[in-house]
Amino acid sequence: MSPERRAAILLTLLGAALVALPWLAGSYVLSVATLILFFAYTGQAWNVMMGFAGQLSLGHSLYVGLGAYAAAGLFFHYGIGPWAGVWLAIAACVAAGAVIGFLAFRFGISGVYFALLTIAFAEFTRIGFDHIQWLGGPGGLFIKVEQREAWDLLDLRGTPRMFYYVMLALTTGAFALCAWLLRSRAGYYWQAIRENEEAAQALGINTFRWKMLAVVISAAMTAVSGVFFAFYYNNLFPEQIFHISRSIEIILGPIIGGLGTLFGPILGAAVLTILADGITELMALAGLEIPGVKQVFYGLCLLVVVMFLPHGIWPTIARRLGLTRR
Amino acid sequence: MTPDLIANVVIAGLLTGLVYGLMALGLSVIFGVVRVVNFAHGEMMTIAMYAAVILFGAFGLDPLLAVVPVAVAFFGFGYALQSALINPFITRPEHSQFMLLVAVALIMVNALLMIFGPDARSVQVDYQLESYAIGPILIDKARLLAAGMAVATSAALFAFFRLSLVGKAIRACADNHLGAQVVGLNVKRLYALTFGVGSACVAVAGCMMILLVDVTPVLGPAYTLLAFVIVIVGGLGSMPGALLGGVLIGVSEALAGLLIVPSAKSMFSFALLILVLLFRPQGLLGKRT
Amino acid sequence: MALLEVRGVSKAFRGLRAVQSVSFDVAEGAIAAMIGPNGAGKTTCFNVIAGVFAPDTGTVSLGGRAITGLHPHLVCRAGVGRTFQVVKPFPQMSVLDNVVVGALNASARVADARREARRVLELLHLQEKRGALAASLTLPERKRLEVARAMATRPRLLLLDEVMAGLRPTEVDEMVGVFRRINRETGLTILLIEHVMRAVMALAGRVVVLHHGEKICEGAPEEVVRDPAVLECYLGEEAL
Repeated sequence: MSPERRAAILLTLLGAALVALPWLAGSYVLSVATLILFFAYTGQAWNVMMGFAGQLSLGHSLYVGLGAYAAAGLFFHYGIGPWAGVWLAIAACVAAGAVIGFLAFRFGISGVYFALLTIAFAEFTRIGFDHIQWLGGPGGLFIKVEQREAWDLLDLRGTPRMFYYVMLALTTGAFALCAWLLRSRAGYYWQAIRENEEAAQALGINTFRWKMLAVVISAAMTAVSGVFFAFYYNNLFPEQIFHISRSIEIILGPIIGGLGTLFGPILGAAVLTILADGITELMALAGLEIPGVKQVFYGLCLLVVVMFLPHGIWPTIARRLGLTRR
Repeated sequence: MTPDLIANVVIAGLLTGLVYGLMALGLSVIFGVVRVVNFAHGEMMTIAMYAAVILFGAFGLDPLLAVVPVAVAFFGFGYALQSALINPFITRPEHSQFMLLVAVALIMVNALLMIFGPDARSVQVDYQLESYAIGPILIDKARLLAAGMAVATSAALFAFFRLSLVGKAIRACADNHLGAQVVGLNVKRLYALTFGVGSACVAVAGCMMILLVDVTPVLGPAYTLLAFVIVIVGGLGSMPGALLGGVLIGVSEALAGLLIVPSAKSMFSFALLILVLLFRPQGLLGKRT
Repeated sequence: MALLEVRGVSKAFRGLRAVQSVSFDVAEGAIAAMIGPNGAGKTTCFNVIAGVFAPDTGTVSLGGRAITGLHPHLVCRAGVGRTFQVVKPFPQMSVLDNVVVGALNASARVADARREARRVLELLHLQEKRGALAASLTLPERKRLEVARAMATRPRLLLLDEVMAGLRPTEVDEMVGVFRRINRETGLTILLIEHVMRAVMALAGRVVVLHHGEKICEGAPEEVVRDPAVLECYLGEEAL
């Protein structure tokens, strides 16, 4: 059986399991699963910029926040639903990404300096939003929670099950998009830029244009996750959503799962969330509730992976499952 | 908005800025030589602050004296960190090392959270309430002492690098990694020494900072970013640049806090970082590579 | 008919004059070589032609069209393919994918590019390694990969920077054979920087000699290797 065949079968099985999950599991598992999918999706979006094109962004919370506030603001003040609001969210993030990308790439900023630039923009925005009273300021923006029995997909008001399926659809869509991108000219060019930008230029690649494309696509995809965040959690605080720890949470999944791979971000998000939740549960059983344990756990995972498994855990697993040629 | 008020604010900012500068000096030394972007720098500063709090609480040790044991401990810690965690991975791509320190920072901040909880801690020494009056200017005694210690430590550092044999060896490493190896310098050990020295700087800066502000675990990332802003504005690899940058940031933050909304004052620092990264990436005193 | 025209090109780096008023032509369909001692300015010349640097003075034309100072990727799209002295493979991509990147310069669709990449890999005897990661190749294989990648861009002019360095004589002969065949079958114009005289004598129809950034000799290989100035600065009396 060829690797492609095997992959297709496993993917189908996984897909079926995920679709059936709400009927098999309780509400707690469902909420964990929704969280996993959220990080899987956002990780996929980040992976386009870093895993594919090699541009390290440590300020992706900027796009989550902008997307969330754009859609939430429209809904809160004008009653405009998320399906329309998402377009403003995407536009705002595309603009932000374009500005950051243009400034960075025109001025030849790369590597760690680029990462610092993204952090600076996110922090700048975080503090800025604390002062925008129209969007709630530091006190936060709250969307009315109406727990309806029916699914109101139009306004994204509904049961946890609805949110789960929305996130599942988004993650599946992102997976398909990334798979298509990776096999397209963009995928080849991005990887070339990531591996050696000078050589890429010598092969006719306009590296500025393609890097911009990666940044903009990544930002646009992340905008959508921001919109979801707003309507799922129903409250937004600049201190939380733009915070650098959010940016770090986003990158943990792809790095631990496997940078630049298709399935890595999904696997990484799943493994991390499940283990972290497991630890929290264990500690609750022991009667302990210490803030910070989960993050220490994340930090240790990241440390171990960066040191000993630089390609993440997915490539090894994929090989064992017979999904790769090598 | 009297000139007196502005003068007071500027001087306070300048003194605080010198402590910032010392913190940034540690980062500049580490980056200038080892070429590692120490994303855990602010977290180390925070740990030093907590160390001073503990020493004060347990032994009544004044932070001005606590600098000695804390700096020694941090030297050892920095040396160990470089030797065990970073040296083995020196050949890895740049962003790998960066992520390594991101992980370390994450662990540090949350370990602090686990141990100390989210509430603020501080030291209470007498001279925190005293101030000197020079005409209309009021200078906090604690701030002056802290700045003085920062300057003294920086001077000691300059002397170390200029005059001592080890210091010169480290500078050689920074200038020409391969060349240093060719003449027989044990580069890895020098890197570890450098990280140790840089960490000791942070330790002193932290002990001084606790005299000026209260400490919470979440200060870590904020100080890391501040250190980077200072080092990049002042110029990577330039030691006077770090101090100059520190003073500039200290003063501008103080003024920004006075003239615009106080909570927005760090926006100014980030805007400055963005501008410097774009238009003068070598900073004010740095060398263009 | 000259495909490449280099006229009066000079390039200095902070006072160090790497190239001074160098002019030469390469005829369409020809194979020409640039030789000279280390530091003579050969790679700098290549870098000027390829757009890595803009020259301080002078012009570079390809097929009558000026390409002076264009960005490297635009020079490639104009029809110049180049290899690097220190090879720059895409280490985490497969050998085939490396060449596909090059082929995408000429083919809009990935499927066409893959087909073209396979064809070029066959030409350079790398088809068996097509699934291997570029990082796993030996140096001679990496050099062949570099050439394959540049060729896949369908250049009109191929710049080869010391591709024979480090190869055994049999490997050199093999490469010479490949280039001769490609030049004969497709008419690809080749300009190579070489120290391996065996390859220069076997391939080049015309040789340009640089020394201290200036052209000191130009002509057929047999003439150049007998030129007293060339012998003095580079080849030595025992070279023949």
